[in-house]
Amino acid sequence: MGGDRGTEEELTAQETALYDRQIRVWGVDAQKRLSKAHVLVCGVNGTTIEFCKNIVLAGVGSLSLMDDHIVTEDDLSANFLIPHDVCMHGVSSRAEACCESLKDFNPMVRVAVAIGDPSLIDEGFVDRFDIIVVSCASLKTKLFINDNCRKRSKHIAFYSVECKDSCGEIFVDLQNHSYLQKKPGGEPEQQELTYASLQVWKFDLIFL
Amino acid sequence: MASAAAPASSEEAVKAAKVLMVGAGGIGCELLKTLALSGFSDIHVIDLDTIEVSNLNRQFLFRKSHVGQSKAHVARDAILKFRPNINIESHHANVKDAQFNVDFFKQFNVVLNGLDNLDARRHVNRLCLAAEVPLVESGTTGFLGQVTVHVKGKTECYECQPKPIPKSYPVCTITSTPSKFVHCIVWAKELLFAKLFGDKNQDNDLNVHSKDGSSSKLDVFERDVDEDLDQYAQRIYDHVFGYNIEVALENEETWKNRRRPNPVYIRDTLPEAVKQNGSSWDCSNDHEEPSAMASLGLTNPQEIWTLAENSRVLLEAFKLFFEKREKEIGNLVFDKDDQLAVEFVTAAANIRAHSFGIPLHSLFEAKGVAGNIVHAVATTNAIIAGLIVIEAIKVLQDDYKNYRMTYCLEHPTKKLLLMPVEPFEPNPSCYVCSETPLLLDVNTKVTKLKEVIDKIIKSKLGMNLPLVMIGSTLVFEDGDGLEEDEAANYALNLEKVLAELPAPVINGTKLTVEDFQQELSCSINIKHREEFDEEKEPDGMVLSGWSAPVEKQINSNGENKSAASSSSARATDDTVEDPSKPGMKRKLDELLETKENCDASSSAQVVEDDDDCTMLDGNPALIKKKRLQ
Repeated sequence: MGGDRGTEEELTAQETALYDRQIRVWGVDAQKRLSKAHVLVCGVNGTTIEFCKNIVLAGVGSLSLMDDHIVTEDDLSANFLIPHDVCMHGVSSRAEACCESLKDFNPMVRVAVAIGDPSLIDEGFVDRFDIIVVSCASLKTKLFINDNCRKRSKHIAFYSVECKDSCGEIFVDLQNHSYLQKKPGGEPEQQELTYASLQVWKFDLIFL
Repeated sequence: MASAAAPASSEEAVKAAKVLMVGAGGIGCELLKTLALSGFSDIHVIDLDTIEVSNLNRQFLFRKSHVGQSKAHVARDAILKFRPNINIESHHANVKDAQFNVDFFKQFNVVLNGLDNLDARRHVNRLCLAAEVPLVESGTTGFLGQVTVHVKGKTECYECQPKPIPKSYPVCTITSTPSKFVHCIVWAKELLFAKLFGDKNQDNDLNVHSKDGSSSKLDVFERDVDEDLDQYAQRIYDHVFGYNIEVALENEETWKNRRRPNPVYIRDTLPEAVKQNGSSWDCSNDHEEPSAMASLGLTNPQEIWTLAENSRVLLEAFKLFFEKREKEIGNLVFDKDDQLAVEFVTAAANIRAHSFGIPLHSLFEAKGVAGNIVHAVATTNAIIAGLIVIEAIKVLQDDYKNYRMTYCLEHPTKKLLLMPVEPFEPNPSCYVCSETPLLLDVNTKVTKLKEVIDKIIKSKLGMNLPLVMIGSTLVFEDGDGLEEDEAANYALNLEKVLAELPAPVINGTKLTVEDFQQELSCSINIKHREEFDEEKEPDGMVLSGWSAPVEKQINSNGENKSAASSSSARATDDTVEDPSKPGMKRKLDELLETKENCDASSSAQVVEDDDDCTMLDGNPALIKKKRLQ
């Protein structure tokens, strides 16, 4: 994973003060790992901006937004990150419009616009990230990105999300994921999960 | 009040709605955002709090530059930035203030709570009942949360199911026989810290007598004239951790079945400190907040200090209070955001814990216990806010068949993270929304009216400005606008024992208790009793007739303003059930039980399909209370 802090480095006083309440939920180690993680979000919509808000507040290492669609009236109706300035409308990309607000939520997180087309991002590009979230993209694009994530030696987590009216869907691919399971009154146990790729999930698995 | 004709669509209902949001914190910020995005355009917000740094990890409408400002006002301004055309009126005030009376509540179509304490929740519940306005309640703790709907006459009110009351500990556990870390924290906070730095006139259970009566002082905690600060600190250390323990050990009976504590003296824990005299190692400059950790070069609040380190921190913190914050001594109240106070209490609690063989804790953990800190993340609040709006829209459309109480779990149960449950009908024995007399066991010859008012009427019954009548005699009234002679009369009555009131209270007497603002009235039948169990009934009185609250160990935010005994405490523990989830365990167990049984029953409507949201109505025969029809 990329990152600026050594594994032994403690959280700064500023981080401890800001993240106090959530450290009491997931612990210092998780907070440290979070602060070293790099996230890419392809597709800015109501759902992904909720995610952006939450991950930035939580103190992720960096967040990159990829969406060069120009902001329209429609976007303003579902997006609380875009201020009502006239200059945004018709001029900025959705990624640009959201960036500043997100930086504001947590100055300790690097938030930036990623220029590019999700359907064209290559292996080398995905390698910069630990987590990629994709929305408002074609199945073909999602398959392509998921495939690239799986090609790398480091585990890049892949999420695809879509919402429509009162329905929503999340697809998760953590590849081979190992974690520690807390056991009440005992030692934590190592667990392993194997996720199917989007390709397998959509086309190869047979449902009874 | 809701308009006469039911709105045609949810969009119309939302457009026409006038909504009150109580609380602009964790849930409030998310809720206000969701309301705005959902098309609500007429919103009132009430919050008495100001913004703190620790809020900023989830209360995203606020910025560092806003620290110290009103949450209600700043939240409003932030929303207007992306929705300039909606009406938001913000009140930086306590929802319990007189201005928020029944008439105020009546103007709303629905009330949405985003509160963090039981007291205010009960108050709002009563006002909503009085104003006949539906209430959507909610709460979160870490990954857990819930949303509940309360509509007068149709569903349970918020108080129909008893809520766990804040845990309090018997005095002897705190002063003599602690067995858990929380007991040590309470001792350090409410006894030692209070004795040294708090109001001198307050009662305190610490033993003040010195070893051999050699000093002429009555109170060994007082500093001798010209006593060296180091010496004073060490003397106090030895007194509370050494001498007091030795005194306790003299009572054989206490330790028959308990581990004996070890007295701890400074000469053993910090031999070098005894020889040292004069100035401390303090090299922090005057501009920074004084901190023992900083002076001693301890940087990690997650670290568990050794006995020696705890001792150094204690002595250093002690001295820093006297050296840098002398003016505050005598007035200090423990505040979890006061770094030096937290350091002092952590160290003191740890040394005591060491004596009693209880595991030590880090400053981070100790602070959580001492400060009743609720752990919190943004995501749970966001989920709950979404659910609140969904229920609010149902309420606005009078869609009562679809009202749901929704519980947000940490781990999926039966593949569900969100568990919706149909609301129950009102509890016929709820003293708040139904007329039910209560019963109070009390010693009328010994108990003063003041105690009944504080411990029962204000505390347990949650009345704010109560009025107490015996027959037609008014014995007590609270509030503004009292005549001088009336107030004097009531003050006298407070100090009288029940049997000696102008209208004597004896076995069988009925008290009528009212709170006009809450429009709540109830009767309490008195039963005279002389014997009370000190451990199980520490208040010396017992209220029943209403489903009595279950005392569980909880992480509480209950702001209990009544004069707390020195042993009362609200603290976190390893097994936490929070008050924001009333009766949660029991209800969930019921639900899971019925689900289990339903799978086998032919009348079940269970769809074993992962893609569908499985919602069980349950076999009516198995459920004790009636569901909404």
